[in-house]
Amino acid sequence: MGFSRYVEVGRVVFINHGPDAGKIATVIDIVDQNKCLVDGPEEITGVQRQVISYKKVSLTDHKVNIQRNARAKTLKAAWAESDTLAKWEGSSWAKKLEAKKKRASLSDFDRFKVMVAKKQKSRIIAQKIKELRA
Amino acid sequence: MTGRLRVLGVAGPKKAAKASSSSPGKSARYYPADDVPRPKHSRAKKHNPPKVRPSFVPGTVCILLSGRFRGRRAVFLKSLESGLLLVTGPYKVNGVPLRRVNQAYVIATSTRVDVSNVDASSIDDSYFARAAAPSGGAEEEEFFEKDAAKAAIVSDVRRADQKRVDAAILKVVDATPLMKNYLGSKFSLNKYDKPHKMIF
Repeated sequence: MGFSRYVEVGRVVFINHGPDAGKIATVIDIVDQNKCLVDGPEEITGVQRQVISYKKVSLTDHKVNIQRNARAKTLKAAWAESDTLAKWEGSSWAKKLEAKKKRASLSDFDRFKVMVAKKQKSRIIAQKIKELRA
Repeated sequence: MTGRLRVLGVAGPKKAAKASSSSPGKSARYYPADDVPRPKHSRAKKHNPPKVRPSFVPGTVCILLSGRFRGRRAVFLKSLESGLLLVTGPYKVNGVPLRRVNQAYVIATSTRVDVSNVDASSIDDSYFARAAAPSGGAEEEEFFEKDAAKAAIVSDVRRADQKRVDAAILKVVDATPLMKNYLGSKFSLNKYDKPHKMIF
């Protein structure tokens, strides 16, 4: 098994450091071994065109079909065509991030409700297992 | 001490001043022989009640962090003149009575209970004042008896107030699912909880 995600033009990356942390962007061009040029597109993901270090990004499974140094307009069209945003949001990675965000925003009462729900869930599971074992 | 006594029928400094101003030509007929006591000029300012954090709105569910009821959740009713917070469990739900707590040892949560129908106007700081201990020479036996633990006596007034306040709150609490269980549970942190990052 080799690598399946490459730093290449069109690769969608997740930015995990800096002011754009938590957003995704597309690799437009490779600058050198340390950095690449990315663009959101800004209208879709909110990331402006910029040079970013590889250290600050993680590669995702997604890729859009664009030429090197594509314009913002072309990039946007490519995203719309391949429905990349929906693909990203449907991935378990994005879902986990969303869940984490939601957990962090819970109030004290909400956390209590989660605790109760968890207890109910494990109770149901335990009961089912008991039935299956019997 | 003589200066402090007030003699009836003799004009004080005010009257004397008035008499002198009424007839500008003449000197005052009356002059007080004794020193007249005047109230001491005080520089002490009247203090305003301490500010209570804006997160404390009547009905806020709060977490008590110190004292006998630490970890308990209680409903905030109002802030008192002394700057302390008036809270109640309600007593029936978690055993926290009508009680004053320092806001420094309380976390206000974003959860609110509607307390618009609760009348706590009769409860102020003096309500919580201790009853004066019966004075008089204690016998030796009595003196040592004081060390023994005595059961707390709760006055009928407090009992009645607690009942009245709780009844109004419970009506609202029962209407919200899980709210009663929530108020009855204790707050705690586990190893992975980061209280500085938590939203309450």
